Amino acid sequence: MQFLERNLPKIMLAPSFVAILIFVYGFIAWTGWVSLTRSRLMPRYEIDGLIQYQRLFDSLRWDTAFGNLFLFGALFIGISMILGLVLAIFLDQNIRAEGAIRTIYLYPMALSMIVTGTAWKWILNPGLGLEAMVRSWGYEDFTFDWLVNSDMAIYTIVIAAIWQSSGFVMALFLAGLRSVDGEIIKAAQIDGIPTWRVYSAIIIPSMAPIFLSAFIVLAHLAIKSFDLVIALTGGGPGFATDLPATYMFSMAFSRGDIGQAASSAMVMMGVVFAIVVPYLYSELRAKND
Amino acid sequence: MAPILDIKGLYKNYGSAEILKDINVSIEQGDFLVLVGPSGCGKSTLLNCIAGLEPISGGTLSIGGQDMADVSPKDRDIAMVFQSYALYPTMTVAKNITFGMKVRGIDQAVQDEKLARVAEQLQIKPLLNRKPSQLSGGQRQRVAMGRALVRDPKLFLFDEPLSNLDAKLRVEMRTEIKALHQNLGATMVYVTHDQIEAMTLATKIVVMKGGVIQQIGSPAEIYNRPANMFVADFMGSPAMNLIPAKAKANGTGSYIEIAGSNGENIVLKDESATNLPSDVIIGVRPEDILEEGMRAGKSLQKAECHVEMVEPAGADTFVGIKLGGKPVTARLGAETKAQAGKPLELAFDLAKVSYFEPQTGERLG
Amino acid sequence: MTDTAIAYSPARSQGQIMKLVLRWLLYVLLITFALFYLAPLFVMLTTSLKTLEEIRTGDLISLPREVTFDAWRTAWSGACTGIQCEGVRPFFWNSVLIAFPAVILSTLIGAMNGYVVAQWQFKGANIFFALLLFGCFIPFQVVLLPMARMLGLMGIAGTIPGLIFVHVVYGLGFTTLFFRNYYVSIPSELVKAAKVDGAGFFRIFWSIFLPLSLPIIVVTVIWQFTQIWNDFLFGVSFSQAGTQPVTVALNNIVNSTTGVKEYNVDMAAAIIAALPTLIVYVIAGKYFVRGLTAGSVKG
Repeated sequence: MQFLERNLPKIMLAPSFVAILIFVYGFIAWTGWVSLTRSRLMPRYEIDGLIQYQRLFDSLRWDTAFGNLFLFGALFIGISMILGLVLAIFLDQNIRAEGAIRTIYLYPMALSMIVTGTAWKWILNPGLGLEAMVRSWGYEDFTFDWLVNSDMAIYTIVIAAIWQSSGFVMALFLAGLRSVDGEIIKAAQIDGIPTWRVYSAIIIPSMAPIFLSAFIVLAHLAIKSFDLVIALTGGGPGFATDLPATYMFSMAFSRGDIGQAASSAMVMMGVVFAIVVPYLYSELRAKND
Repeated sequence: MAPILDIKGLYKNYGSAEILKDINVSIEQGDFLVLVGPSGCGKSTLLNCIAGLEPISGGTLSIGGQDMADVSPKDRDIAMVFQSYALYPTMTVAKNITFGMKVRGIDQAVQDEKLARVAEQLQIKPLLNRKPSQLSGGQRQRVAMGRALVRDPKLFLFDEPLSNLDAKLRVEMRTEIKALHQNLGATMVYVTHDQIEAMTLATKIVVMKGGVIQQIGSPAEIYNRPANMFVADFMGSPAMNLIPAKAKANGTGSYIEIAGSNGENIVLKDESATNLPSDVIIGVRPEDILEEGMRAGKSLQKAECHVEMVEPAGADTFVGIKLGGKPVTARLGAETKAQAGKPLELAFDLAKVSYFEPQTGERLG
Repeated sequence: MTDTAIAYSPARSQGQIMKLVLRWLLYVLLITFALFYLAPLFVMLTTSLKTLEEIRTGDLISLPREVTFDAWRTAWSGACTGIQCEGVRPFFWNSVLIAFPAVILSTLIGAMNGYVVAQWQFKGANIFFALLLFGCFIPFQVVLLPMARMLGLMGIAGTIPGLIFVHVVYGLGFTTLFFRNYYVSIPSELVKAAKVDGAGFFRIFWSIFLPLSLPIIVVTVIWQFTQIWNDFLFGVSFSQAGTQPVTVALNNIVNSTTGVKEYNVDMAAAIIAALPTLIVYVIAGKYFVRGLTAGSVKG
């Protein structure tokens, strides 16, 4: 009885602990192991070195997917951050109906990426969408065919992703702007420092942690982006808009190449690891001090 | 009669850090024990050990003659008042007070009767249906007391219960706790860092530092005969003056020689001090440095001192001088003739002084 | 005194005009951006109310000449997802059947975990929390293959309970984090007081912590509901023909290659799929935002 009473907290935590160990860490280990084998349609467990990784980086399709990740990631994160910050500063100027405007900016975050993809696919389709609309206004030579142009299709994904996430970045930054000590701002105003200088020299530098959080969240979204590509371009034209996430999925579920799927998943994991671990480490350490 | 609380050789470690070392205390029915010391001295940890909220690492702890090694807090017959009051935020005052009885399945009629009695006692009847967030600090404090009182425990535990109140309310509540103790004849253990609270409330004081008990005694013993320089400095405000001095045996007594402020030494003769080493620290309470006409007696020794600072404080005036290279405070009357920058004849009451060994800080004699 | 006032007044009014212009510019910019965010929703809505004929001849942003709900009817109960032509209705209910139990279970377990981690510190609790926190960030691709096999072993592959299970397991990280961060700000003396009062582990949770938790429960439920309702990856990986959630069905409708492309039906289906989370957002936007920011700024 005493034993039970004393250990109840541990007992209550145990199922979750076991679940995390198996379904997160055990599964990562399993995927890691399989990525070192010659598994095809069915997993095999004899380790055979780095052959899958060699195949991966020899594959043109993976080359495109991996390159796209960085192109897409850089543009998506960069533009979302800038746009989010600008909108947050605009909204911070005692705007009338701020609440309503904020609601409008942020609602795409509530949508599924499949819905977002569907909407933008319709808007951007050259036959009946934006291109057709502008042509019907009399600009017969207007072309906007990014969606079906293999060089440009990746940018349509950037546009849709920014549309979906920049409002969220705005909300993060706005919360950050509002949390800056009001007395510091008052002191600066009394000193006669112009508003833009107050932002650039005082407020924005003090928001460094929020920039970091926003970066982490956006990077995480970029690496996991899967739904949006499936719904908007299906990875096409050809493989032009493949990302590691779609590459992994097609290897796993339509190509029957489990070894490739596992190794590509591990590379994704590695990228996330490189970004998130230093962040979490510093966060946890800061908390323990 | 067996002691209500008996602690023998208690140790408490967190990992390799020793928080409490060889604690030995016992109190009888009706005692008011105050654990006092600077923050981090282990006094709150000791209280948590008594409550059973922290396991002990060594030694024994018994309440009412019964060993508490494997007894959980709820079965120790104790009640506790916390610094933050720890009122349950979603329950009304009445529910806060009766929660413990409800958990124990006590009859509703008994609950109501006890609640009414406590509400009467603490004058919180109009508050019973409010939530803690609607109460002032003092009212919360009362409810927290009510929650403890209603239990009628063998032992009351208080963890700095007054430190979140403003100065005026603190004095009021202090008086009330004292009255409560006297009316109930209850046994209490009380933790505070405030030495005035300790002096006014306690029947027995435990002074702690770094997890070690420095001295146990009645408030008068602690004040008049501090066991070491730490206790001497910590208890009393302004603190006891600790002045380096040279001692020379002389028949039945000793000469005490202290460096004065302008190169000349002051020599005092203590008729009763014997066997002092040549280097000593002499401890003098500010109220034992006097001006002419304040107190008479053979133990008074006069010396001329140079006044550096005068601080009127209503009933008293604090006068700063420099002796043995240290600033020294004297507590003089409001009518003092002392003027900053002028010499003044002061008398030292050598019957009330303490001597300490300079290296160890321990009391001599 | 008067001299200086006269000298300064033109400059002052010039400054004021400048200020007014800037203010106007600011509002124009803000409204332009609002239009940018609203445009897709507007286009979806108008398209869904047009006939196919009008879509082919008219333009993207014009209002429907003649409002028709045919596309909505087809989307709800007649559109084809591959070979099946029952609209999104059955899949919408699949999503409901997946989301409700998964949200409730993951919130309850998260509350209990958060309570233990925040208030019943023991050796290893911090390690658990760190492991959990990192689990929030893994790309789910890394668990897809073993999870598919595990669901097979457990006999729940391709079933709704299987999807519920997956969502609960991978939702635990965030739900625990939310509750832990909320409970950690509650003074530990509360637990001590309750212990002295005689309450045990569950009693303290039930009588003291749960009644305090309404705001964080709302945040967690909204977060989990949005995540699970909008999920596509798990849905497409671990479901089969009869158990697909609405996001998967929507994608199938949009990308089905048979017959004429019915854009109005696609748009109606998309709005139907988006409606539950949109409604939650409109009703409880404050809590939605709090969940988003709590999930990114670790307190």
